[in-house]
Amino acid sequence: MLQEWQPTCPIELLRLRARTLAKIRQFFADRSVLEVETPLLGNSIGTDPQLAFFTTEYLSPGMVCTPEACQEQAWQSPSRQTLFLQTSPEFAMKRLLAAGSGSIYQIGKAFRNGESGRFHNPEFTMLEWYRVGFTLPQLMDEIAELVGGLFIDLPLQETQRVSYQDVFVSFTGLDPLVFSYQDYCNFARECGLSEAVDICGHDHALWLDFIFSHNVQPHLGKNALCMVYGYPACQSSLARINEQCAQITERVELFVNGVELGNGYHELTDAAEQSSRFDKELAIRQQQKLPVSVKDKRLIAALESGLPECSGMAIGLDRLLMLLSGSASIDDVLSFPIHRA
Amino acid sequence: MAIYSTNEFKAGLKVMLDNDPCAIIENEFVKPGKGQAFNRVKIRNLKTGRVIERTFKSGESLEGADVVDVEMQYLYNDGQFRHFMVPDTFEQYQCDEKIVGDAGKWLKDQDSCTVTLWNDAPLAISPANFVELTIVETDPGVRGDTSGGGGKPATLDTGAVVRVPLFVQQGEMIKVDTRTGEYVSRVKE
Repeated sequence: MLQEWQPTCPIELLRLRARTLAKIRQFFADRSVLEVETPLLGNSIGTDPQLAFFTTEYLSPGMVCTPEACQEQAWQSPSRQTLFLQTSPEFAMKRLLAAGSGSIYQIGKAFRNGESGRFHNPEFTMLEWYRVGFTLPQLMDEIAELVGGLFIDLPLQETQRVSYQDVFVSFTGLDPLVFSYQDYCNFARECGLSEAVDICGHDHALWLDFIFSHNVQPHLGKNALCMVYGYPACQSSLARINEQCAQITERVELFVNGVELGNGYHELTDAAEQSSRFDKELAIRQQQKLPVSVKDKRLIAALESGLPECSGMAIGLDRLLMLLSGSASIDDVLSFPIHRA
Repeated sequence: MAIYSTNEFKAGLKVMLDNDPCAIIENEFVKPGKGQAFNRVKIRNLKTGRVIERTFKSGESLEGADVVDVEMQYLYNDGQFRHFMVPDTFEQYQCDEKIVGDAGKWLKDQDSCTVTLWNDAPLAISPANFVELTIVETDPGVRGDTSGGGGKPATLDTGAVVRVPLFVQQGEMIKVDTRTGEYVSRVKE
């Protein structure tokens, strides 16, 4: 008999998921942060060249797919519209913030094409929240409180906060803010990763991704929350630049036991700056012959009308559940991962 | 030969890497939320048997390797080469001890085994998981001893030496697990 009808996740982990969601909702209710929902289908999408999206076809009213309308003629109709499955609810939530929602959170699905593996499923659950008036350190306090509270049954060591530069130097001896091609190449060869030289070439951001993924991240947060802040400017599209140091941004990442759990920013509120970063990314997409993305004009308009000072964080809830349950694969916490969906 | 992209890498896939045929053992997708995706791949060089780790940028590809496993019958050793035959077609292959390697000590004439062919030339030999071989030399054991502990070395008709329980005698046929090199049981004829 076909076994594939069954969930890959034990029923006990469905219960853990439900309990975890309830705790998160209680956490935000206690702090008067409003739960919101935003569309999964949007007419524009993030421009990040590193994120691949899903597209789908929308048939406008009157073009609903009745058997007659499904004839060739209907399918070729100009009222077919391409919509994108959202890679994150960020843009829509920022529009709510600009409209005066105050602090908000959302638990919902996000879609990233081509991402599948032990820690990835192309459709996954994301917790995203925005705190009006919060600085990045205040946001980090709240992350520690929320996530630390979820690990209540698996007591963690003291939360670590470390700058990207410090943690990079301590594990590699290399300065992430100053690109020395020769030093980076030598380091890779010494680590038996000489393929990095071919893969990364003279691309500083790519080198940082490679070395951080291989030599830094696996060591972060041994039984503890580890928050890395102050990412290099070449690594953040929606964070604001640090006022004291233009080389780094107001971005934080959360790691536990070497697993990346989430990403947060002190949000960029400057519409012109945002628009120009989108243009840069669109140019890169074009250069790399990636699928064409559509710049979110409604987000830019919202920023122009005024996004309140805020900080926001996104956490991958499936990975969090993996850590809470000691699961080796994301499949173990999903009812039906993509190969059984 | 087909080209395989990193997202098609899965355990068992045979690909060419650094001009050698290799088998993928494990493929881990590594991607920072805001960064380049990589595939960290564990791969076995089928010529040397060595396992290495190699990182690829996701979307990179490798050429497939024309590597197939074929069930064959082991015929004989002519002193220089070992000879194998595909039972259905009677097609014969020969290979030297370097390729036969450790498998040689489990090969008995007429037994079947797996020959891995790369571009139709033998690359490696794998014996059956269990083989039945005759003990040609072992010390006489103590009568009545049925314990599994201790044991004694026994030389088999293929030249392999395995540890057997004390009650097993010279001239008897035994079943051996070739993956561990361990005695399994006596074979009643």
